[in-house]
Amino acid sequence: MDPSADRIRVLVAKVGLDGHDRGVKIVARTLRDAGMDVIYTGLHRTPEEVVEAAVQEDVDVLGVSILSGAHMTVFPRILDALRARQAEDIVVVGGGVIPDDEAAALKRLGVRELMLQDTPPEAIVAMIRRVVAERGAR
Amino acid sequence: MSLLPGVLAGETRAIARLLTRAEAGAAEAREALDAAYAAAGRAHVVGITGVPGSGKSTLVAKLVADIRRTGRRVAVVAVDPSSPYSGGAILGDRIRMAEVAGDPGVFVRSMATRGALGGLAHGTLEAVDVLDAAGFEVVLIETVGVGQDEVDVARAAHTTVVVSAPGLGDDIQAIKAGILEIADVHVVSKCDRPESDRAIADLRNMLALDLATSRRPLWRVPVLPVASLRDEGIGALREAIDRHREALDAEGGLLARRREIARRRLVKAGEDILRERFSREGEERIAALLQDLVERRASPRAAARALLDELAEGGTR
Repeated sequence: MDPSADRIRVLVAKVGLDGHDRGVKIVARTLRDAGMDVIYTGLHRTPEEVVEAAVQEDVDVLGVSILSGAHMTVFPRILDALRARQAEDIVVVGGGVIPDDEAAALKRLGVRELMLQDTPPEAIVAMIRRVVAERGAR
Repeated sequence: MSLLPGVLAGETRAIARLLTRAEAGAAEAREALDAAYAAAGRAHVVGITGVPGSGKSTLVAKLVADIRRTGRRVAVVAVDPSSPYSGGAILGDRIRMAEVAGDPGVFVRSMATRGALGGLAHGTLEAVDVLDAAGFEVVLIETVGVGQDEVDVARAAHTTVVVSAPGLGDDIQAIKAGILEIADVHVVSKCDRPESDRAIADLRNMLALDLATSRRPLWRVPVLPVASLRDEGIGALREAIDRHREALDAEGGLLARRREIARRRLVKAGEDILRERFSREGEERIAALLQDLVERRASPRAAARALLDELAEGGTR
């Protein structure tokens, strides 16, 4: 294993009153098996806590899993907190149960990708690699 | 872009970015890391180690909260294992850190071992330099869950805490060499469990045998019961860690420990440079020498010596 390889770092998070973490754990495991370093922050965090963790961990991607229906509140707060920390180079992606029209609205706000239910694991890996490549070196 | 001014000013983004470069061993970060080393040296570096599942992460979270109550800023470098198959890792130490999440006086960084042995990750010691230079007064290193022989943390920390969980071994386990010997402070975690009295007694007996040959007359290694989830024993642990630092100061031991850490890091850095040159410049020669080895015309040691001599003639750097 090459320790100096440029490894993709991803933080995956659950925010707010949402205890459904089976999906996020499967995503974490999938990304690990694709050779990435995955930081999981556990349940019931605030958007600001998650952003602070992402900045300290210097991750490439912040992935938020939401199954509670609070996505229209949570994602804007995360994007605001990233802007406040001048950390917009951290790519925000999401997953969960999100209606199509709201998913489109979130993407307009700055959420880079949203992967909804029934997404195959390989598609998540490919998406993460693509958004990191598109962001470029930093 | 130079990251060092931001690091010295304690800016989170600059610190985080330099930590990434330290972890990757990035050549362009060499200068900044050297400067961070020069600016470091004030922090109390505390290693926390123990077997997997002994409760290190939970203990570290509580300890950080307790140290914060004394007003000091705390950084944590938490090491978790990389998969030997994919090279990826799940770094989960933050899950237990809810209590200190969002506290601006706390900086937590997760690192994956990426094949490193010994309980630390590549770049862990340089990460400690960066956090020390950034002004954190205490830097905790949480190792991966270790076996009996991964003792690198004791060669990096001023104070080493070994966490044992009750019910994992008998008194023979306790007299084995290795991990139990490196403790400046012993913790028996989960001490709300009934078997914990036995674990505490075993460790104390082991230490009693040790006293006759002790090299540390002014410091008696304490065995402290802790129940992290009940907040029991955390304050006593923090006091023991602080007392150990004071004892080191009083004995003149801090300077000795700094010299020992410096010596090991110098040797380690030399090994890293040599290994890198070996694989970068020596590959062709290694291939040429292999036949001699296979046919036993040269020993591995003799061939390595010849190769090193050649590399040395090629100039330094």
